[in-house]
Amino acid sequence: MIKTIVSTSLPIDERFTVKKNVTSHGTGKKRICIVSGTHGDELEGQFICFELQRQIQENLQLLDGTVEVYPALNPLGIDSITRGIPNFDLDMNRIFPGNPEGSMAEQTAYAIVEDLKGADMVIDIHSSNIFLREVPQVRINVSTADTLVPFARHLNLEFIWVHEAATVLESTLAHSLNSVGTPCLVIELGVGMRINHYYGYNTVKGLLNLMYEMGMWKEKPEGLVNEHPILSQGDEVAFVNASHSGIFSTETHNSSIVEEGQEIGQIISPLTGEVIEHVLAPARGFLFTIRAYPVCYEGSLLARIQKKP
Amino acid sequence: MKREILFSMESPYRDTFRIRGYRFGEGEQTLAIVGAMRGDEIQQQYICSQLVRELSDLENQGKLALDHQILIIPSANPFSMNIGKRFWAMDNTDINRMFPGYNLGETTQRIAAGLFEAIKDFKYGIQLASFYVPGNFIPHIRIQKTGYEDIETAKLFGMPYVSLRKPKPFDTTLLNYNWQIWECKAYSLYSGQNDEISSPEAASAIKTVLHFMQRLGLVNQPKRPIADYNSIVVDEEELVSAVTPTAGIFKRVRNAGDIVQKGDVLARIIDPYEGHVKSEIISPVDGVIFFSHNKALCLQNTPLFKIYAE
Repeated sequence: MIKTIVSTSLPIDERFTVKKNVTSHGTGKKRICIVSGTHGDELEGQFICFELQRQIQENLQLLDGTVEVYPALNPLGIDSITRGIPNFDLDMNRIFPGNPEGSMAEQTAYAIVEDLKGADMVIDIHSSNIFLREVPQVRINVSTADTLVPFARHLNLEFIWVHEAATVLESTLAHSLNSVGTPCLVIELGVGMRINHYYGYNTVKGLLNLMYEMGMWKEKPEGLVNEHPILSQGDEVAFVNASHSGIFSTETHNSSIVEEGQEIGQIISPLTGEVIEHVLAPARGFLFTIRAYPVCYEGSLLARIQKKP
Repeated sequence: MKREILFSMESPYRDTFRIRGYRFGEGEQTLAIVGAMRGDEIQQQYICSQLVRELSDLENQGKLALDHQILIIPSANPFSMNIGKRFWAMDNTDINRMFPGYNLGETTQRIAAGLFEAIKDFKYGIQLASFYVPGNFIPHIRIQKTGYEDIETAKLFGMPYVSLRKPKPFDTTLLNYNWQIWECKAYSLYSGQNDEISSPEAASAIKTVLHFMQRLGLVNQPKRPIADYNSIVVDEEELVSAVTPTAGIFKRVRNAGDIVQKGDVLARIIDPYEGHVKSEIISPVDGVIFFSHNKALCLQNTPLFKIYAE
C-alpha cells in the first residue's frame, strides 16, 4: 500500500510528496525499512528498491512481517538531476533529525525520521556520487559498530567500513536513527547517475538474507557471493588524493588487490601531452574506491585502499 | 599595506586559483576579516574591498596602529564568483563548511586549510557572512555559542543587535565555529543582501568595522563620530516565527528592521494563476522584524519572518 508521509505545496500548482510502499504478510511484527534517494544523483537504490519489491511480490508467502520501501527521500533532487535539495543550501544528509518548525527541507527530514522511528532495521542506500566508484559496502560509525556489524555481515556486500565518528556526521539520517535506538545501516555502492545491475541483484539477495536472519523471510537466498566481507576497523584505510590538477586516467578496477607502489592511474595534460602525475598505491591492499570522473583538482579523491585485505 | 597570496592552486583548465590577502601593520596578529566565501557574496566582497581602500588611506595618514596586524581577505572563492555559482563549481561543496580544513584532503578542505592557516592565530576575526536560508536580516553581529564566545566584545561593534546561535552538528565545520575553538574572538557581520551592492548597507557595515577597530585601538580617528547603540543580545531561539499556511507568490509588506505590532500584515501570498490574495501573513507579536524572506516565491508551512518580540 502506498502511503504519503510528507505532502506540502510548492508555489505553482504542484505538491511535493514523499512516499513509501508498505507490504505486510504473515503474523510477524518485525518491520524493515529500505530508504534511498537522499542525494538526487545516486540512483543505484532505485533499481534495488524495484527489484526487492518485485521479488517480494512474487514470493509473498515467504514474507513474515512488514517491508517499507521509501525510494526517494529527495524526489525533487532525483527528478532534476540535483544532488541536493533544489533551492536549498545544505546537503539533505546534514539536516537530520530535522525541525518541524524549520524550512521545508528541515520539516521533511523531521517527518522522515518520525516515520522511520521504531523500525527493527533501516537500510539507507547510497551510491557514492558522480566522482567515485565504490565496491558494494556498508559504512558504520565506530560508536555503533558492536550492534550493527553483525547485521551488516548478512548483507552480501564485499566490504564493511567501520569509520571514525565526526560531529558533523551527527546530522545524518543514520546517526539520528541509531541515536534513538532504531538501527540503521548505510550501504554505498556503484557510482552516481548510473545503475550497476550485478551490484543491484547481489544487494537484493543481501537484503533478503538479512530479513531471513531477522526471521522475516522464510528462505535463505541462494547464490550469496559475499558471506565473509572484509571488515575495516581502526585506521586501516589509505586515501589517495590528487597532488596535481588535470585529467585522471585509469584502467584500474576497484575490488582488486593493489601492491604498494603500483601505478593505479595517471593525471595527464591534454594540452601538452605530458603525464603530470603517476598515481601510485601508498600501500598494498584492497582497492575499494576508484575515481570515476576524470577531471580532477589538487586534492580530489582518486582512490581508497583497505590496507588489511 | 602588503599584498600577499595566501593560497594558490593550479586548475585543470582555468587560471591559477588564488586567495589574496591585504596585510596592514606588524606585530601582534590582531584582526582578520574574511569576505566572500561563496560566489554570490558580492556585497561581502565589496565591503572588504572598500575596507582595503579605507585602511590604505588611514595608513597613509598615519592613523593605523603600527604594532598590530590587520589582514583583510576580500575573497576566498573568486572561482565560483567568476562563473556565477554559489559553491565550489567542481563538486558543489561549500568552503565555509570545510573548516578547520585538511591540507591532505579534498580540494575545498585544502582551500579551507590554506585560508585557516593564515587567519587562525588572530585575536579577533570578522566574517562577512550570508545565511543558508535566503532572506534579509536586520544588520547584526552573530556569534556561535561554543562556550568560548565573548559577547561583551561583540557590543564594541555598536550594532543594534547581537544574536547568539546554538550550533547544530552541521555548524561545527563553519569558519566561525572553528575560529572560536582556536580561541579567536570570532564574529559574523550580517548586512543586507548578497548579490547586489547596496550602498547604505555597505557603508554602514564599513563604519561598523571601523568603529570596532577604533575601540580596539587599531584606528585613531577620535574626531569622527559614529552612531552607537547599546547592543541588545538576542538568543536566536527566542525569535518568533510567522509561518505561511500557503505557497505562492510572496509579496512583502514589511521588511527586516521594521517595528511591527501584533496583527500587522507582514506579507501577502498571491495565487500564481488567479491573482487573488491566498493568505496574509500576520505578525503574531509586537516586536522588530529580525529576518524576512526575500524570494519572490514561497513554500507552504515555512517561516517567512522571524520577529524579536518586545
